[in-house]
This record gives sequence, structure tokens and C-alpha cells, in this order.
Amino acid sequence: MNAMMAFRILCALLVMTALSGIAGNASAADALPPKGAKVYQVAIHNFAFEPKTITVPTGAYVVWVNRDEEPHVVTSAGALFTPSKALDTGDTHVVTLSRPGTYTYYCSIHPMMVGTIIVK
Amino acid sequence: MQDTHDNPAEGRRQFLKCMAAGAGTLWLMKSGVLQALPLSEGAGAQDSSFSFVQISDSHIGFHKAPNMDVAGTLRQSLATIRSQAIRPAFVMHTGDLTHLSKPDEFDTLAGLVQEAHIGKVFYVPGEHDVIGDNGAEFFRRFGERQQAGGWYSFDQGGVHFVGLINVLNLKAGGLGSLGEDQLAWLKNDLAGLSSETPLVVFAHMPLWSLYPQWGWGTDDSAQAMTYLRRFGSVTVLNGHIHQIQQKVEGSITFYTARSTAYPQPAPGVGSGPGPLQSVTADALHRYLGVRDVRHVRGSGALAVTEEELA
Repeated sequence: MNAMMAFRILCALLVMTALSGIAGNASAADALPPKGAKVYQVAIHNFAFEPKTITVPTGAYVVWVNRDEEPHVVTSAGALFTPSKALDTGDTHVVTLSRPGTYTYYCSIHPMMVGTIIVK
Repeated sequence: MQDTHDNPAEGRRQFLKCMAAGAGTLWLMKSGVLQALPLSEGAGAQDSSFSFVQISDSHIGFHKAPNMDVAGTLRQSLATIRSQAIRPAFVMHTGDLTHLSKPDEFDTLAGLVQEAHIGKVFYVPGEHDVIGDNGAEFFRRFGERQQAGGWYSFDQGGVHFVGLINVLNLKAGGLGSLGEDQLAWLKNDLAGLSSETPLVVFAHMPLWSLYPQWGWGTDDSAQAMTYLRRFGSVTVLNGHIHQIQQKVEGSITFYTARSTAYPQPAPGVGSGPGPLQSVTADALHRYLGVRDVRHVRGSGALAVTEEELA
């Protein structure tokens, strides 16, 4: 991740945190990666998650960035982690997964978009 | 509004007329075969008992290429409806009123519809209208409140209309979904009707496997079709794909509608079903439009007319 991308994600997170106070969504603030935390990025591009499958260590932060002109909503199959709000172009969503396992997720408005996080 | 009584003794044939948008072509559907005729102005309007208009995919809140003013193009669409020589009995909006289900987007749409004075509007939600709250805000504002699930039916001029919801409880890797509760209701709703009753069924996502790779279909639509098949005239109207596609399956004719906001690519063309950004501002109106449907008394006909934005 280059400096500009890190800055953009930080800005997005700050905005999300500010908005979450209004919307009553407490999870976004909890998901802020602490300084120096390992962050794994998943791009949402052309109606697909890239990479489609990622393997991360326990407690890692996963950040989705929507690079489509179309909004997307990251949703865990089985509701194992907090869903995103509607991600417009450039918006991000962050989760941290503390338990090992295989987490399938999809876009709730384009459910043919499916991705997997393997936490080891 | 005049009631149309179906009389099987008349031996009438089911047919649909569909004018291709702006091209001056009249499509006559006779027993599942399309026939094209040159269109004469207002053809068929005089012998219709009532008409209705379908609009779709207004995506209020969208503000990118190729349409920076989706409120403006919706306003134009509504003005087109208002200018119809024969006032439609009602308007139906087949979903994606908004882009992101935001309260101010719903406000804008409701305001535009109200100021257009187009009379009764029936709505079904698109997947963009149910983000974050499973449609609670949509149903509060635009729901018919007949069933807990939001689906409903009504009768107009002898035609039975059914509004279905297929954008909730979507599963990973799946398509649109009606669900068991709604299918059971549908079966029951149709059970008492004569097979001669013309049916119009509408929902946001296509109720046929139009292009599943892009999510253009509904997982359990085949089950719904088993309830529709006994009827002599079934018209299925959907939105979602921002373009006109048609399919005939026995007595069931499927149509998707244009958007009032922006077009999407033809099935499988390009990398995905996003906005067609290459459309220039001066050409955009050719991709947007409204659908006018007339019920022709005594003949059982539904005449389907597409109008692009001038």
C-alpha cells in the first residue's frame, strides 16, 4: 500500500467514524486498525472481489475499497461479521476477524459477487 | 374506468402490441409470434378500456456519467406520462427508486411524483431501495400494506395485477428471490381466478433467467411460473437491467423496462452491469423511457408502447 492509498483509507475511516456516530453504527469505530496493524485489502472492481479469496492471520484487519461506479454492500453469509453500509465509489469497509475459520461474504445487492476470507 | 368482462365465447385471441421506442414500429404479438407493422399515430388508443404506464430504475442519488441529473430525467419521464392523450389508470414503478436507500433520495422521488400529479402510483422495491434496513423505509413510504412481506395484488378493468418482491433475503452466489412465504401467497392469490383473467405480474429483478452471470434472474421464479401457466394471457414486467428485453414462453410474455436514469450494457457485453458511461449527454434520452400499456376491451389485448424521452 502506497502512502496516498494509506492516506485515502485513513480519511475514509475518519469519515466513517464521524458518520457512525450519527447513524448509530458502533462497529465502524471499533474496526479502526491500530497503528502498525497489518491490513489486508480487497478491491471491489467490475462487480467482483479481488482477490476473491484471501488468507489472513487471526486478528488481521480486512479493508474493502469500492472501485466501481456502482455501490456495493459487503455482507457476511451467516452474519459472522458486521455488514458494510452502502459503499459508494471510493468508500471502504473494515472488519477484524478474531476467530480462525472460513468466512464467506457477498454483496447483498449483487449476490452473485462472492468472496472468501480464510482466517488461520 | 370501464370494467372488462372476459367472455370466452368471443373466442378472442391474446395478443400484445409493442411499439419499439421511437422507431415507429408496432409489434403485434399473436399466439406467441411477433409481427411488426408501421405505427400510425395513436393506433389502438381508441379501443382500449384503460391503460397504465410503467417506469423504472430512477436511481435518485446517482450523480455520475452518463447522467448527472437523474431527478431531471425522472421529471421529464413524469411529464411524458402527464402528456398522454388518454390518462393512464395508474403508474407502476418497478424499483430502484433510489440509488442508496437514503431518506433524502426517497424524499426527492416522492416530491417529484407528487408535483407531477400523475395519480396513483404502485411501487415495488429494487435492491437499491432496501439497503441497510431490509426495505423498512421503502415500505413505510411506498408500501401497499396488504401483506407483511410487502407483496400485493389488485384488479383493474378485469385484469389482475400482482406486485412481487424479489430483492430481499438474497443469498451468497444467488439471484433475486421470492421465498416460500411469497410463493405460497401467490398460489393462493391466483387460486380463485378464472384462467381467462388476464394477469400482469411485476417485480424489480427479471422473473426469468435473463443473464444469471450478472445476477439478472430470480432463483425461484420457475416455481412462480407454474402458478401462472394455466392463464391465457400473462404479462410479466420487470426493471433492473435498464434496457428492453423480451421473451415469450407459451402464454407468458416477459418484458424488462428502460430506466429513467441511465442505460446498462446488453447482457454479457463488457466487464459488468454498471452504467453505460460512454453515452453522451445529447444521446442519453434515447436510452431512457417510459412504457405505456393499454388494455383493449373485448379483445383481451395489452398494447405495450415504449416511449423514449424526447
